[in-house]
Amino acid sequence: MLTKRHVFSLAFASLLTGALPAAAQDTIKIGELNSYKTQSAFLDPYKKGMELALEEINSKGGVLGKKIELIVRDDGTNPGEAVRVAEELITREGVAMITGTFLSHIGLAVTNFAGQKKVFFLAAEPLTDKITWQNGNRYTYRLRATTYMQTAMLLPAATEAKKKRWALVYPDFEYGQSAVANFKELLKKAQPDVEFVTEQAAPLGKVDAGAVAQAIDDAKPDAIFNVLFGADLAKFVREGTTRGTFKNRVVVSLLSGEPEYLDPLKDEAPVGWVVTGYPWDKIKTPEHTAFLNAYQKKFNDYPRLGSVVGYVTLHSLAEGIKKAGSTDTEKMIKAFENLQVPSPFGAFVYRASDHQATMGAYVGKIALEGGKGTMADFKYVDGKDVLPSDADVKKLRPAEAN
Amino acid sequence: MTLNAFLFQALNGLSTASGLFLIAAGLSLIFGVSRIVNIAHGSLYMLGTYIAYTFATRIGGVTGFWGGIVATAIIVGIIGAAIEFVLLRRIYRAPELFQLLATFALVLVINDSALYLWGPEDLLGPRAPGLRDAIEVLGRRLPSYDLFLIFVGPAVLLVLHVVITKTRFGRLIRAATQDREMVGALGVNQAMLFTAVFALGSLLAGLGGALQIAREPANLATDLIAIGDAFVVVVVGGMGSISGAYLAAVLIAEVKALCIGLGVVDFGLMKINFTKFTLVAEFIVMAVVLIVRPYGLLGRPQGAVRSIAEAEEPIRPANVFVKALGIVVFAALLALPLFANYSPYLLVLGIDVLIAVLFAASLHFIMGPGGMHSFGHAAYFGLGAYGAALLVKWMAAPMGLALAFAPLAAFAGALLFGWFAVRLSGVYLAMLTLAFAQIIWAAVYQWEPITGGSNGVVGVWPPAPFNKATVYFLLALALTVPGVLLLRRLLFSPFGYAMRAGRDSPLRAEAIGIDVKRVHWLAFAIAGGICGIAGGLFAFAKGSISPETIHVGRSIDGLVMVLLGGLQTLTGPIVGASVFAVLQDTIMRSTVYWRALLGLVILFLVLIFPSGIVGTLVNLTRRIRLRRKAAT
Repeated sequence: MLTKRHVFSLAFASLLTGALPAAAQDTIKIGELNSYKTQSAFLDPYKKGMELALEEINSKGGVLGKKIELIVRDDGTNPGEAVRVAEELITREGVAMITGTFLSHIGLAVTNFAGQKKVFFLAAEPLTDKITWQNGNRYTYRLRATTYMQTAMLLPAATEAKKKRWALVYPDFEYGQSAVANFKELLKKAQPDVEFVTEQAAPLGKVDAGAVAQAIDDAKPDAIFNVLFGADLAKFVREGTTRGTFKNRVVVSLLSGEPEYLDPLKDEAPVGWVVTGYPWDKIKTPEHTAFLNAYQKKFNDYPRLGSVVGYVTLHSLAEGIKKAGSTDTEKMIKAFENLQVPSPFGAFVYRASDHQATMGAYVGKIALEGGKGTMADFKYVDGKDVLPSDADVKKLRPAEAN
Repeated sequence: MTLNAFLFQALNGLSTASGLFLIAAGLSLIFGVSRIVNIAHGSLYMLGTYIAYTFATRIGGVTGFWGGIVATAIIVGIIGAAIEFVLLRRIYRAPELFQLLATFALVLVINDSALYLWGPEDLLGPRAPGLRDAIEVLGRRLPSYDLFLIFVGPAVLLVLHVVITKTRFGRLIRAATQDREMVGALGVNQAMLFTAVFALGSLLAGLGGALQIAREPANLATDLIAIGDAFVVVVVGGMGSISGAYLAAVLIAEVKALCIGLGVVDFGLMKINFTKFTLVAEFIVMAVVLIVRPYGLLGRPQGAVRSIAEAEEPIRPANVFVKALGIVVFAALLALPLFANYSPYLLVLGIDVLIAVLFAASLHFIMGPGGMHSFGHAAYFGLGAYGAALLVKWMAAPMGLALAFAPLAAFAGALLFGWFAVRLSGVYLAMLTLAFAQIIWAAVYQWEPITGGSNGVVGVWPPAPFNKATVYFLLALALTVPGVLLLRRLLFSPFGYAMRAGRDSPLRAEAIGIDVKRVHWLAFAIAGGICGIAGGLFAFAKGSISPETIHVGRSIDGLVMVLLGGLQTLTGPIVGASVFAVLQDTIMRSTVYWRALLGLVILFLVLIFPSGIVGTLVNLTRRIRLRRKAAT
């Protein structure tokens, strides 16, 4: 049996060994931090996507003659913890660059950390516009299409519907707030007579779906703009369907076509909603088919959007390192400017102006096929078609970031 | 909002209230009898959703759904009984609140187990067979399942009421809620009673979870959401009062439904979006209720809890050994930067440990010697952090000024909220502090133009030379050590004695002329102020802060640190905070299932150190010394 003294010496020993720098190896080390525990529906496939990319890169001999080593950490879903984990990755593990993060506030904290410590950071998933605009810095690039881009992608469908009375429903944190603000601004510009009849801000993960669906129905809108996702979306869809909230109304909805959020709804997927998403079983481009086959072969599972994001994130870094010819931070920043990266969605670039990738998303209508939700009438919207011009974004970024 | 819309939203509120009531009723029963603050109650609820989902999809149909709900309730009841039997029974003799630590560990273990068993995806169950559709009420469609839920709540209430008032088991529950020692003295098998009550409470949680699968997907975030809601309902209703819990559930659900129904209201001068209040509505209700009715809506003053733990030793000034140890530790810390070149991460971790120590020590000051169990200590950490960060952001203040302002902001906040909090005691005080913390959290979260909203304040970095980890570590040391020593010094001053007297015997303390309330109020504010220093240090150490610095998760971390070290010793919080911070850091990177591992380690520590780490060691040495004395 362990005595108390043993426990103490164990704890102390782990403190010491835990804090020692790892021995240097002849690999390129990349640090990845993410909220694996709390956002697992997205990040579990994301991790698999990374593993696939890692295998592809290293089986071809790695980059610059070195294998890539990915060091993965949980960020505790907490910006304070995330910053500590980032420091640990850099000081203890000696990684050359960091990547990852999911939630906006954690992405922003790590962005700021990267700027302060002059570390190269590729934000993979967080959507907030601020990472590349208001709070952008030289050291940070971002892969995923932003809140602004996703909203702008849905705008044509919203204006074509020619509806006057809109109801808005969103999770009450930065992502939901800025999506709604973007949407209102863009739609007002395109259609000045639009009227927003109700705005439902629901606490994240705690939407009182019945009451919210009812309140929206009572406001008698012609159309609904939804930003809820995850468990909130499932609750809202079920309550709204039973209560007839969506009947004869146009619904435009962010991210709801992503398998992560659509699949749990099974045969109750809300048919006819216009959404951004990822119809993995219907994209027939050669790039995507190759990715799909490789993924299914390795994991015996179909890819979610997270898989694509993880996969492309690591490939982006590999391409960047290749172009830079080194892992030096300044060289990486330069290399990422206008860096072209092939992806399952087709090639895209990292813009030099605001460090945002132009990888787009699929926009289409939710349909039911074989008892499962999927997307129909979809098309790929390239990110470069919805991003503001270089001159405009330069004004949004802090002077020292340009 | 028309009258019909209003009435209809009231119906929605009633069906939500039933769900809230079921979680809360079990928690209330368990607390009433065993006085255990069972944080794992939400996890049992979550297990209910997952198990019922499995029945409903694997077996399917009417049997799978409705039979599954019954089976789930029974299974979760058995799990609850097992938890009581295997774990909690071993630590009933530990000091008050210590069981909280064990149930906190269970939350971590159960969450990771659910992830392992059911996978990461949200699992939406089928609609209820027979109640798939909606009926027409007031010109609107009400899902028939909601109608069913509206009746489930009162039905369960009725059954519980009959059980509690008419049966022998119920009499025992009532008796034990009032005076459990006396129940034991009268020959009732307490162990059986506790197990039975724990099983019943868990069964209710399982039932509540199982009933929700027709409304929401089983997912891994449910545990913490449910426990938060349950605590609020129980406290608003009055601890141990089942009808109170129902009343509270209705009140809270109706307030929320009303906020949602109102939507955006134009008052001419300004537009208010009432739906935003749903984030914090229950905590506002709780704060108001507790201020007006200190024991909740239908609660009674708590019966005296004659502690079954060993009597607490009075605290003593440090002896030579402890002083020497303190000096050695301090010297070692001072020397730490020398290792910085060799292992820079040691300093990063060191800064975090120091901040945690100051946070835990300030919480211990009011929890241990003060006897005020604050469940919302993160409020003062957050006020300090935000005070400093906002001063930098809006006034471009230098770091020194910002760090000086941090404790002031926290002190002012603690002074304000403490005035209300010290008027209560026990778990009501704990919950009022939690309510205040949540209200501050919500205000920071939603006051976007000033506080940065959910993203928080970004870019609060210390200027040179403090941007070096070495120097910042020394700065943290220079603030933490005096902070801890000041708290310690206060405890041995007349003020500290008065505070402890007020805790141990408020009546006698009043009789000899101590204004107990005022002393406790001041202590609360001082602890808040010191905690604010930790918050300020945190802001500059991380460069950015977000509302999480105020969130209930941090408050619970603080409780865990204090309890882990030992509530009744002065070095306890220091050891507890260090162990917890280092454990978390090491475990988080050692395995994917780090939560389960952290939970298991805490359970292990709980079982071998039933008075906290330092507390147990002190007891042990004392016993050895006594034995030696007896031998000579």
